Amino acid sequence: MEKYAGSTSYEFQKEKNKQDMKFQLVTFACMIVFTLISFGLVIAEFNPMFTIPIILLLACVQVGFQLYYFMHMSHKGHSLPSVFLYSGIFVAFITILAMVTIVWW
Amino acid sequence: MSTATVQKRGFGATLWDYLTTVDHKKIAILYLVAGGFFFLLGGLEALIIRIQLIKPDNEFISAGLYNQMFTMHGTTMIFLAAMPLIFTLMNIALPLQIGARDVAFPFLNSLGFWLFAFGGVLLNLSWFFGGAPDAGWTAYAPLSVQSPGHGMDFYVMGLQISGAGTLIGGINFLVTIVNMRAPGMTYMRMPMFTWASFVTSILILFAFPALTVGLILMMFDRMFGANFFDPTMGGNVIIWEHLFWIFGHPEVYILILPVFGLFSDVISTFSKKRLFGYSAMVFATVLIGFLGFMVWAHHMFTTGLGAVANSIFAVATMAIAVPTGIKIFNWLFTMWGGNIRMTVPMLWAVGFIPSFTIGGFGGVMLAVAAADYQYHDTYFVVGHFHYVIVGGVVFGIFAGITYWWPLLFGKVLNEKLGKIAFWPFFIGFHMTFFIQHILGLMGMPRRYWKFQPNESLDIGNLVSTIGAFLMAIGTIVFIINIIYTALKEEKCGTDPWDGRTLEWTVPSPPPFYNFKQIPLVRGLDALWVEKVQGNGEMTPAEPLGDIHMPNNTFIPFMISLGLFIAGIGFIYQVDNKQWLIVGIAGLLITFISMFVRSMKDDLGYHVHKEDLEKGAGSK
Repeated sequence: MEKYAGSTSYEFQKEKNKQDMKFQLVTFACMIVFTLISFGLVIAEFNPMFTIPIILLLACVQVGFQLYYFMHMSHKGHSLPSVFLYSGIFVAFITILAMVTIVWW
Repeated sequence: MSTATVQKRGFGATLWDYLTTVDHKKIAILYLVAGGFFFLLGGLEALIIRIQLIKPDNEFISAGLYNQMFTMHGTTMIFLAAMPLIFTLMNIALPLQIGARDVAFPFLNSLGFWLFAFGGVLLNLSWFFGGAPDAGWTAYAPLSVQSPGHGMDFYVMGLQISGAGTLIGGINFLVTIVNMRAPGMTYMRMPMFTWASFVTSILILFAFPALTVGLILMMFDRMFGANFFDPTMGGNVIIWEHLFWIFGHPEVYILILPVFGLFSDVISTFSKKRLFGYSAMVFATVLIGFLGFMVWAHHMFTTGLGAVANSIFAVATMAIAVPTGIKIFNWLFTMWGGNIRMTVPMLWAVGFIPSFTIGGFGGVMLAVAAADYQYHDTYFVVGHFHYVIVGGVVFGIFAGITYWWPLLFGKVLNEKLGKIAFWPFFIGFHMTFFIQHILGLMGMPRRYWKFQPNESLDIGNLVSTIGAFLMAIGTIVFIINIIYTALKEEKCGTDPWDGRTLEWTVPSPPPFYNFKQIPLVRGLDALWVEKVQGNGEMTPAEPLGDIHMPNNTFIPFMISLGLFIAGIGFIYQVDNKQWLIVGIAGLLITFISMFVRSMKDDLGYHVHKEDLEKGAGSK
């Protein structure tokens, strides 16, 4: 890719990279905060019925951040990996749901 | 190597070529030979089962041997015959249909085959070492865990190794379809067989890990003293059933979907019409694949899952009849008004439609959970799944092998003998299995060694056995046809069937690099588009240039051989810990081979433009 300094596409790319960097830093900060919250909840000895769902929720959000901002799934050309990722999650979810509902409980 | 000209080579050189090949067309032939061998073996086992059941209270084989016979019949037919024969079709046709020079990972393609082959041999070695597996192809715990001898150990290790091969194959085809389509070959221009193989490969990717996990748990239970399936130690036998069917149900769609795709291509070609409702067919294929993952518990209605779970799985199962119905009607509408040529592949396709539909009816009946309490483990179930697997998959394999025989060997199988093979097989198939539905409704349980006289089961069983022999006659005629064609028939040249898709743009058999120039695809049924517009051949998408090809390699064989030896070692270390040495030695062979593969740069070679112009590789 030949991009000359000053050309429109160069400026666009520069702006885009800048934005990406900003998003990455914000999500990174968020993830650290989430981790602190999780630890805090456990240390503060809240009711486990409260702590466990919160931690699981935060974990899911972190996985999303990880995939979309650090592994660039928000960028173009990642539709197929998304399809396979979500299919896999779907199959695993169904399996675990079945095991939990009709085998173990 | 770049000028592979026509010259007679010795047997040793040919053998070495096939042992080391990474060419998808030669691997297809390997799958055909191995799968064909196991198909005959499984057929022989089926005949022995039917001879045992030819009359009441028969003493043809002992009860124990009977158990081994039906277990190995099922296991062999599903894992070692149907799967590799499906892989034959995928390997020979899929890269050609999308305009690719080979699959994405030729090395892995070869590794997948050798893993399957060694797994199959390991499983069948059990016959010679103290008895074959005898707990049914489903291997339900606790029977399979408590089964004495080493039979079930061979089942676990053999399937584990061949299952790894299948998984590798599936991933390889996925990457091939995603990355290696020719310019212009969008997803919605792919031939139906390619689409079906794509969905199948997704199913392989997600379903086989469940089998792998199940087999590992069973391996630990049987060989290393674990208790995953032992309720007295806190285990749970039902987990095996779930894991097996989470794999097992998608597995039956893994078998049938490529055949659906193949029949779509065959029916469209021999009706001289575009496939009716192409996008609906794609949608139906994807939907069947999707629903295939939420119906596994319909194999377990009588296990005691409870009314709610049973209802959910029953409704989901019945829902699959909808996309399947879409397909049936689209095939009929494709033929409607078409210029139909009743060639042998078309004959199998036309025979398939009513046969498979009858199998589907049985399926919907079985899906009714309440009624299933009556059908469960009777011959009704046996009749049903043979109707869909033989009437669907085996018919499809016969059709596909006949249809793509020119790509495999450069000749068209003799049409007359092909038709003589079809009729006894078709009639025998209906004789064998239709009556089994009725036997089942009369209360004959499956997997029983004997039935008693004066229970009105005599005639039905006799008819069924006669039908089985008719199918054997059909198969033998098919083999005679192969030999006859090899000896007597002429080479057929390019495009013997007046085809519509890209695999018919290359000479039969194709040169080892497939396409001299990658074709430009301008629509669905790419070759037909060009024929209609009067070009008759594809427009190239690139100038003639050097072609990069992979080198042959012996490493996949060694990796698989290592696992095979390790398997034997781990099976026998139960008796004597010294066998562990064999197990470790086998693993060493595997790891050293993998190490060599990783460390040694193998960059392949180029077929040069000048040689291509002189006609290198064309036969």
